[in-house]
Amino acid sequence: MSKVIKLRKGLNIPIVGEAQKELKEIPHPNTVAISPPDFKGITPKLSVKQGDRVLIGTPLFYDKNNPKLVVVSPVSGTIESINRGEQRKLLEIIIKSDGKNELLEQEPINRSSLTKEIIIERMLQSGLWPMIIQRPFGIIANPNDTPRDIFVSCFDTSPLAPDLNFIISQDKLGFFSGIEILRQLTSGNVHLGIDTNNRGIFDEAPNVAKHYFEGPHPAGNVGIQIHHVSPIGKGDLVWTVHPEDVLTIGRYFLHGRLNFSKIVAITGSEAKNRFYAKTIAGVSFETLLDKNFDPNRNIRFISGNPLTGTRALRTGYLGFYHHQVTLIPEGDYYEFMGWAAPRFNKFSTSRTYFSWLFPNKKYVFDTNLHGDERAFVMTGEYERFLPMDILPVFLLKAIITKDIEQMENLGIYEVIEEDFALCEFACTSKIKVQKLIKEGIDLMIKELT
Amino acid sequence: MKKIRKFLDTIKPQFQKGGKFHWLHSTYDAFETFLFTPNTTSQTGTHIHDVIDLKRTMSTVILAMIPALLFGMYNVGYQHYLSHGTIAEQDFWAIFLFGALKVLPIVIVSYVSGLTIEFIFAQIRGHQVNEGFLVSGMLIPLVMPPDVPLWMVAVSTMFAVIFGKEVFGGTGMNILNPALTARAFLFFAYPSHMSGDLVWIAEKADAYSGATPLALAAAGQPQTHSVMDMAIGLIPGSIGETSVIAIGIGALILLVTGIGSWRIMLSAILGGLTIGILLNLSATPTNPFMAVPFWQHLAMGGFAFGIVFMATDPVTAAHTQTGKWIYGFLIGFFAILIRVLNPAYPEGVMLAILFMNIFAPLIDYYVVQANIKRRIKYAKSPEPVK
Repeated sequence: MSKVIKLRKGLNIPIVGEAQKELKEIPHPNTVAISPPDFKGITPKLSVKQGDRVLIGTPLFYDKNNPKLVVVSPVSGTIESINRGEQRKLLEIIIKSDGKNELLEQEPINRSSLTKEIIIERMLQSGLWPMIIQRPFGIIANPNDTPRDIFVSCFDTSPLAPDLNFIISQDKLGFFSGIEILRQLTSGNVHLGIDTNNRGIFDEAPNVAKHYFEGPHPAGNVGIQIHHVSPIGKGDLVWTVHPEDVLTIGRYFLHGRLNFSKIVAITGSEAKNRFYAKTIAGVSFETLLDKNFDPNRNIRFISGNPLTGTRALRTGYLGFYHHQVTLIPEGDYYEFMGWAAPRFNKFSTSRTYFSWLFPNKKYVFDTNLHGDERAFVMTGEYERFLPMDILPVFLLKAIITKDIEQMENLGIYEVIEEDFALCEFACTSKIKVQKLIKEGIDLMIKELT
Repeated sequence: MKKIRKFLDTIKPQFQKGGKFHWLHSTYDAFETFLFTPNTTSQTGTHIHDVIDLKRTMSTVILAMIPALLFGMYNVGYQHYLSHGTIAEQDFWAIFLFGALKVLPIVIVSYVSGLTIEFIFAQIRGHQVNEGFLVSGMLIPLVMPPDVPLWMVAVSTMFAVIFGKEVFGGTGMNILNPALTARAFLFFAYPSHMSGDLVWIAEKADAYSGATPLALAAAGQPQTHSVMDMAIGLIPGSIGETSVIAIGIGALILLVTGIGSWRIMLSAILGGLTIGILLNLSATPTNPFMAVPFWQHLAMGGFAFGIVFMATDPVTAAHTQTGKWIYGFLIGFFAILIRVLNPAYPEGVMLAILFMNIFAPLIDYYVVQANIKRRIKYAKSPEPVK
């Protein structure tokens, strides 16, 4: 098992703004928010209303198709507001925290008699279940399924991503306990994808299949790892969990107490201090980014990383599945003859600019598109950034033409949006690749139900 | 800069929906985005983007064509004075000026006629004007004989843009290379202007033969030009195709920047050499062309120009990386095959590329099918992929 899987395709984007490996406790947030659109594959139905008192573990909403699947409050307090968008779509449930961290009363966990059924039951009840994601499609797993395998990617290669070894080493027993729990849920193995150059505590995990990877982003994407370990064909089902969520699950079964605290990396060139913050799921930026940016500057606030994260307001909240927040400058400026300029201070994967001559230089990125959207013209471009045996443009064209069979054939079961983020980043024609992949996945889900 | 920006911002509302000149919005947009990269920020998907865009890509291709264009201008003058026997009396600038005055009108006519059509189509469709024609508009003059009448340039360019590109949906959707479509149109519509010994030298003196190396080879006559001449390019021919060195500089730009596919260029050369060797081996006295040393074919006619600037057009070439090898190889192979064995066509590069343009989707189809088969196989087996 010591064979290293080397991936050559891909790119580590040389972006300024990594977090220092320094863990800080930050104050308990005044408000937290849970955003139902973060939870893919479920139709949210509210269980609370404005003004209700909630405790840690009180269900906020449930899935219409499986009422046992609930999402719970990470703090105790009261429901401050419920924000809806177009067609009354649920956008945000904002909870005013009372800072007391009171837990919803639950039966104690008897660790010696944990069966698969009990584990699933407890995870559903405690709102931990949504941390388990199913492949294909990257949606919340169905608790009635038994997956072929469970995959955990133990390193994140996305731009400015947190060092998971650093985060998990704060509580490795919790992580190992989480692995033990996951092992009960699959008929196959729990697979860990480990960065061969930063194995750290993940190498100590017992009773798992370890796979060592080497290579640039997206080597850390769990989908890429699955592809190289045991690819997903039609009818296959595997689950994936983020290591920090494994830790949360493990902590719950180890101590019998629900605890949604998490460590979040504060990154990006616009963040004055960049560090790891010990806080809680759904934390408000008000608390998380307190005086950490210049309010007079035009800044893009991203919950997550710059490739796949969600755009947020400066008064926004951390997404349920995010482990970092990124602050970069907005790019709403005109650039005189930009396409002809040498642009020494900007990065390009194309050698028509000069950044390839300075491989060690890091750049400040803004949100400017640097061009207009066009039809597909260049070829062979996406292939450089997708280390999978998949023909990216042909898959995208199958999605555009809604050709279900061709989508299946060309690998729609193996991919989710994040795997194509680099293609979108480097695209000459500025095509919204991740949006297309999402449309394809949505179409497949509709077709299969 | 700020003044221009201010001016653009002042007139912008006139071109937006409801404005007086809304019917010109694509035109306005084309000029505005030419002057200023837009201030659009990413709204969905990745928050950061590479600075490359189609304008940069296309202008790099144009840059790569500049050596061939400049040399072409010089050569047009050179061939003219050579045919009159007065070359020794001219200085460099006189020669260049004569050529420039011949070539520039062709370039201008090509751009004006083609861009007019592009702007009209963009306007009707409500699209933005695509940068694709900037390259085609430069390619077309370079594959024209220096004495081509300007109205023919205009007609063939418009034909190529409308029927070669716009009817398929515009840049990115076309099957045939537009510049080659223009040349093929002229070749079949006005053969007397596109072949024979008359057209390759501007305002040629009557007594001078002026046959191209290809014509001599096809007729089985001894070459009056050495391979060195062909490499440097001081020989009669289409404006931009004669100098292998100038084209080579362009090829280098395309390869270093990664805009041109090295797979296609390399495999086309391999294809050309392969058939050249086969022909050499089976040469008969009845067709002396077959005995032309295989490597000389690379320097003759439009071979170098075709594989560097035409075959590598990403839209009309094979789209898969494997497909590019097959596509390029067959272009080289057919180009020389047609050139040598079909007496009706003294040059086969144009037809070989157009032919492979049509077959590129078929090549891709088989590459995609192979991928699908492989995928189904490994999804069934528990073995990991390599």
